[in-house]
Amino acid sequence: MIVGLDMGGTHIDGVIVSEGSIIDTIKTPRYADDLFESIWMTLEKLLMGHDISKIKRINLSTTVSTNAIVEGKTSPVGMIIQSGPGMPHDFLACGCENSFISGYIDHRGKVVEDLKLEEIEDVKIKFKEKNIKSCAIVTKFSTRNFDHELRIKDLLEDGFSHITMGHTLSGRLNFPRRVFTSYLNAATYHTFRDFSTSIQNAMEQKGADIPLFILKADGGTTSLQEAGKKPVETILSGPAASFMGLNALLNTQKDALLLDIGGTTTDIFFLADGVPLFEPIGIEIHGYKTLIRAIYSFSIGLGGDSSIDIVNHELKIGPKRHGPPYALGGPKPTPSDAMIALGLMEAGHRQMAIDAIKGLGKSLNLSVEDTANKILDTMSNMIKAKVDELLVSINSKPVYTVRELLHGKKIEPQLINIIGGPANCLAAILEKKFNLPCYCPRHYGVANAIGAAMAKITQDITLLGDTSRGILSSAEFGFQERISKDFTLEDMRSRALELLKRKAMELGAKEDEIEAEIVEESSFNMVDGFFTKGKNMRVEAQIRPGLAGDLLVANPQEHKYSIKDDKYDQSKK
Amino acid sequence: MIKARNSLGLVFFPAFDWAISPTHPEREERLLYTKDQLFEEGVEDIEGIQFYNPIIANEKDIQRVHFCVPDVESRLTKSHFISAGGAIRAMEAKMKGEVDKAFAMVRPPGHHAQRVVYGDRGFCVINVEAVMLERIRQEYRDLRVAIIDTDCHHGDGTQDIYWNDKDTLFISFHQDGRTLYPGTGFLDEFGGPAAYGYNINIPLPAGTSDEGFLYLLDHVVLPILEEYKPDIIINSAGQDNHYTDPLTNMNFSAQGYAQLNSKLDPDIAILEGGYSIEGALPYVNLGIVLAMAGLDYSHVREPDYNEEGLKQDKRTSEYIKELSRHVYKRWENREELWAKNIKGRENVILKRQVYYDTDGILETQRQNFIVCNKCSGLNTIDSQSDSGYHIYAITIPRDGCPNCLDQGYRIYKNASPGAYTDVYLQDRINDHYCAK
Ligand SMILES: [Zn+2]
Ligand SMILES: [Zn+2]
Repeated sequence: MIVGLDMGGTHIDGVIVSEGSIIDTIKTPRYADDLFESIWMTLEKLLMGHDISKIKRINLSTTVSTNAIVEGKTSPVGMIIQSGPGMPHDFLACGCENSFISGYIDHRGKVVEDLKLEEIEDVKIKFKEKNIKSCAIVTKFSTRNFDHELRIKDLLEDGFSHITMGHTLSGRLNFPRRVFTSYLNAATYHTFRDFSTSIQNAMEQKGADIPLFILKADGGTTSLQEAGKKPVETILSGPAASFMGLNALLNTQKDALLLDIGGTTTDIFFLADGVPLFEPIGIEIHGYKTLIRAIYSFSIGLGGDSSIDIVNHELKIGPKRHGPPYALGGPKPTPSDAMIALGLMEAGHRQMAIDAIKGLGKSLNLSVEDTANKILDTMSNMIKAKVDELLVSINSKPVYTVRELLHGKKIEPQLINIIGGPANCLAAILEKKFNLPCYCPRHYGVANAIGAAMAKITQDITLLGDTSRGILSSAEFGFQERISKDFTLEDMRSRALELLKRKAMELGAKEDEIEAEIVEESSFNMVDGFFTKGKNMRVEAQIRPGLAGDLLVANPQEHKYSIKDDKYDQSKK
Repeated sequence: MIKARNSLGLVFFPAFDWAISPTHPEREERLLYTKDQLFEEGVEDIEGIQFYNPIIANEKDIQRVHFCVPDVESRLTKSHFISAGGAIRAMEAKMKGEVDKAFAMVRPPGHHAQRVVYGDRGFCVINVEAVMLERIRQEYRDLRVAIIDTDCHHGDGTQDIYWNDKDTLFISFHQDGRTLYPGTGFLDEFGGPAAYGYNINIPLPAGTSDEGFLYLLDHVVLPILEEYKPDIIINSAGQDNHYTDPLTNMNFSAQGYAQLNSKLDPDIAILEGGYSIEGALPYVNLGIVLAMAGLDYSHVREPDYNEEGLKQDKRTSEYIKELSRHVYKRWENREELWAKNIKGRENVILKRQVYYDTDGILETQRQNFIVCNKCSGLNTIDSQSDSGYHIYAITIPRDGCPNCLDQGYRIYKNASPGAYTDVYLQDRINDHYCAK
């Protein structure tokens, strides 16, 4: 048995999955402000009557870090930034104290200018005076050489309760993002630690020795312990949970468009040959661009409860929500009212919905039915227009080789999977607009929790090999070793996969579950004059993201929107 | 995050899977460290900077500019179509108003590619800028354009293509042809009869530093541009004037390049040469990007930059001062010089030999510029190569008059196929190209 829990904005959802079947679900409102209390009560209720000893793991999608950032309840952070020459750097000052120190490392990882130790001593004194407990150290090109970050950490070690080093968070290049990601990590460290301690204590008291995993923004999980070191990886796991849920409920190996149409927003995701599409660099939160790998998602202010106005004789839906639908006592007509008026959905007072739509129809000179249909049509058009725009931009992402430019993968969805309240009512229209089959799963109410339950451990690695300097290294693994002149790309591949597997097992993955793959590789001859002096090799590998297994309900045929589309067609006649 | 003052389109296409040969300077690795530097600096996150993929240029785009012998397909690799397509995408972004400026970091380069193409010379097969510009002129309108070639080598290809085109001012400053490939680019190469004075060469002494380059920019290039009033300024942005470049002998720095671009304020920049791939390109490219975007580039500096050590000597400064005065005076007096050297002539013959260093081909050609008082006039090329071709090529210019149009087709029809391996006609009026 696997337990999945997802903390949403208003509710906590939970499921128990056993051998591919959903055997229990729960949905509870969030009590009070205490996230831990809310989770623990939901978990206790869900587990009532089940044999706890059979639970293999609990996967938790939590908003602890996200909330801390968005609500500004983070710890003050002292930032030590070595920016070297290049871009202006004032904009990187994100901590409550920021020290820009001297020294610099170039793109090959060579130290051009060393640290000044007395500067670090001064920083230490300054931070202590301000009573700072959390620090982050980031140097430009630290993914190429993290010696300066390590040395600074050694000098500060005894004085602070937490220190984040930039190179540990990602192997990718992007110094400003590394600075912001490190800041957020240091800023959420203590909040997450308190949460994690509470959970561990509660479990111990209950005598439950169940491994706990935390959902990350990339739709994978990591151990509670690792999340404690890198809490920033757990930000924005909500959309990832919803994506994973949708994916679990309607599994496919094709290119697909995934839509989560809620009350306020519609979230758009994509699958490429059944594999989640990721954000190109990393996710953005609260104005901070980060290096956190995340499932690609785009949210538009359009949902069942979006308010509808008439502007210049045209329907304007969203982007604001002013309350529940009119039929449920809200202030404004909404798409849900249109669905209720057409009899596609049963909620609230149908007559009130009809009245609300009639009001709009008057200004448009249309009958209630035509107005309601026009609303659903407009909503579908808005979704279609945005999806088309996103696909253009996704499919024109920069490429760097002739091969990719001529033959690179383009995403062309073959089907649409939709969840959310209005999903069934819109499926028939979207199917026509996109000219693609649409599927709606039944258990979408707890889709996020299902997504959490079906997630597996993910990890990636960037491995760099420079045979002229004789160095093999991976920044995010804190790994470095000497290599010989004849180290090959093949050697690089096997080292990357080996390191990745070892790390995944450390995080709690079972050896036979680990599917590691190379995602990118390159090898360049380095030439001095007209002689080759070595190879510059780069390999990126990952644990294949996606589902931990198949859900038995995940048969598309079962979920064709047919339940309600008959009614929709009748209403059109 | 940082916001650009000028929105900037970047076509960054390093062609990591293409090289002339494994150890050739024009190889896969060339833009690797530039990519690392730009990515580490977070350039892709700067608000107002937009990345584009190249489009792929087509055969007609090439024929509009070049006579490829025997044909386009046999002379080009896919990379050439992509490199030109990258430049086209950059200028398109500007023309569509998507961005204020655009910089195409593409390879291979193009400024040594002349109108006739038997092979690769100076690492160039087709002239990327010219292919770009002529496609844009075809699709949009007849633009008045200034191309400023800041590569260390003379842009002899671009000079050849725009030799007789008054609407394309070409200024090249470069290391003196007496000490560097391709050995041309002297003051008296001043343009064809219809564009005399609109081809300006400024041969510089070895060892010229930031001071010298910026001096001639202030005292020659900018004043000329002020008078010429182009619609578009293109920087043919070679980076081999850099003090670390292995093929040249100049002392220009990343700071200098950034300042040059800030002063020149080009609409479009296209990467040309530059083979110090580790020590120069990452910094020079970053400097150009920041300068074009209107951002602070004052912190851009090479690891081994030594201001004192790079200073040019007094004699060089004096020489450049005198040279600048002379070049500018020639520009001011271009009409008198035209009256003295061209006026009254019915045609101007240009005979020369062209060496394709990369491919080892020697070409002997005779160009004939027929003077017409209604248009720029017809131009014919009779050219032989030691690779076994003897071709004849006719160009009817964009501004061609009805007489020249008729005459162009007549010459093409009458050219005896027996005498030549290939005969080509470029009808720029109707954008029509044929060969027999
Ligand atoms: Zn050059
Ligand atoms: Zn004429």
